[in-house]
Amino acid sequence: MTTTTLRPPARPAGRPPRDAHKADRIWKATPLTWVGLVFGVILSLFPFYWMIVIASRTNDAANSWPPPFLPGGKLGENIQRVLENGDANIVKGLMNSFLVSGTITIATVFFGSLAGFAFAKLRFRGKNAMLLIILASMMVPIQLGVLPLYILMAKLEWLNTMPSVTIPFLIGGFGIFMMRQYAEQAVPNELIEAARVDGCSTWRVYWHVVVPALRPAAAVLGLLTFMEQWNQFFWPFVVLADPANPTVQISLRSLNTAYFADNSQIFAGTLVATLPLFVVFVLFGRQIIGGIMEGAVKS
Amino acid sequence: MSLDLHTTAPPGGGGDPARPARATHRRPASFTKLDLKFSPYLYVLPFFVIFAVFSAYPIIYTVWIALTDRSPLNATISFVGLDNFVELLTNDPQFWNAVVNTFGIFLLSTVPQLMLALVLANALNRKLRAQTFFRMAIAMPIITSTAVVALIFSMIYAKEFGLANWLLDLVGMEPIDWRANRFASWFAISTMVDWRWVGYNALIYLAAMQSISKDMYEAAALDGASRRRQFWSITIPQLRPTIIFTLIVSTIGGLQLFTEPLMFTSGAGALSGGSEGQFQTITMYLLDVMNTRFRWGYAGAVALVLFLLIALVSLVNYLLARRISSDK
Repeated sequence: MTTTTLRPPARPAGRPPRDAHKADRIWKATPLTWVGLVFGVILSLFPFYWMIVIASRTNDAANSWPPPFLPGGKLGENIQRVLENGDANIVKGLMNSFLVSGTITIATVFFGSLAGFAFAKLRFRGKNAMLLIILASMMVPIQLGVLPLYILMAKLEWLNTMPSVTIPFLIGGFGIFMMRQYAEQAVPNELIEAARVDGCSTWRVYWHVVVPALRPAAAVLGLLTFMEQWNQFFWPFVVLADPANPTVQISLRSLNTAYFADNSQIFAGTLVATLPLFVVFVLFGRQIIGGIMEGAVKS
Repeated sequence: MSLDLHTTAPPGGGGDPARPARATHRRPASFTKLDLKFSPYLYVLPFFVIFAVFSAYPIIYTVWIALTDRSPLNATISFVGLDNFVELLTNDPQFWNAVVNTFGIFLLSTVPQLMLALVLANALNRKLRAQTFFRMAIAMPIITSTAVVALIFSMIYAKEFGLANWLLDLVGMEPIDWRANRFASWFAISTMVDWRWVGYNALIYLAAMQSISKDMYEAAALDGASRRRQFWSITIPQLRPTIIFTLIVSTIGGLQLFTEPLMFTSGAGALSGGSEGQFQTITMYLLDVMNTRFRWGYAGAVALVLFLLIALVSLVNYLLARRISSDK
């Protein structure tokens, strides 16, 4: 931070600031602020609304002029049609996505907290070098190694199977970093010391002292990981070319490549693919937002 | 922050090893020593195994493959040195077309995206009723996948019956064929990117703004600085590290752009990004070379050049952002 010169001299404690009223006014929202915010909210929510509008109409009504702005009555029918669409395999895609995202989430939280604990609280040679490698790994795009990774998957005979989109992502640098940051301040050293005096092995220190303290961070990491994995597209697109065994995002792609674009069915598909995350967001929105904001301040 | 656990470990002994473990269970000193020495490595091992097999090894292999003419169609692989790179950089208009598209869309999306996010965050950083509602609402787009965003916007930008063209019609303008015209397609794709990421970046800026001391603003207000002045002279400089962070994240994401332009067309040849490649990005070109033309060695070269571009642009962004805000 460079602008510390702007900081005023400390006020005497207990006395209100000079002209407190004027200073307070800075934080009031003006009418313009409100207009801007409401406009922003409309823009950010409108596509969701429109998704429901199109998903609840017949394809003819969806492709009419002027475009429809009110929901119709065909939502159930369209969802049923998209679930039964044999080319898209969206039911299979949903199950696969749950399996893949769930597995990766559990693994990331577990391995991330374990490694985060080690980096925050244990001493070992090469720690800093290892941290540097983890940090660097977060900067490398998957495209750089996509071809050899593809060849590797072919040799392992994992193409068009779920291990190809699961195993490489079981633990990543972000999970370790986030857990390390949190463990550093949330796990008191005294508690670890006390556990050591009682003769706990490092594993028992992890399980009985660190895990309970890391619970809030684990929840946030879990949510962010699940969302990210559910929404993966690039790598599944490369290795899951066979439409018989897709993830849900790849099912959407299949819907869209159909010769006759049936928009009401496509939008019913996007609705189905987004619904699980919508539920997650309604239940845990605060934690997700908290996680994004917290991650930003620390980085 | 590390503890020297060696000094606090008990001298060992005590307890019945056959009993189920409890918190007060003691272990022999030799075990404790081994445990302290080796378990940290065990705990970080999963990452390094996955990293070595699925990240480091493929990257090294990419460097090697880029120096060969490897292809599933070639019976033998021969070493060709830097030929792939020379061809890519000097004799491949389609690659340069993809570079131009990628950068065009990147600039067209990132600049408004970060500016809108700043303005939105500044508005959210006021005393507001229903703070949580506003934050939730602007964060909503991040729960959708890029594929979903692309599908929704594809219909908004449909040539016939599309919402965007309906709006244009309302204000008396001619409809646009959003996929045919190069700039129009860039614009359409940029709005997809922005819709998903403005709220996310706004939350990041908001978090950083809330950690700026309010005293600064109060002092500035007492000195008669307008809100606008405060925004430029206090908020922006204080946000510098965060702006650099979002710039670099947007660069990494923006130059890898793939899903939005791919889903923008519905046909099978989507990797070519429009009839004349008007919105084919570098990543689409990479997969095009890899999976449609089977020139694997050449694809390796494309991947490496893409990575170098990302690193270079991130560096330039970093230097620019550092310079711009320290002038204020």
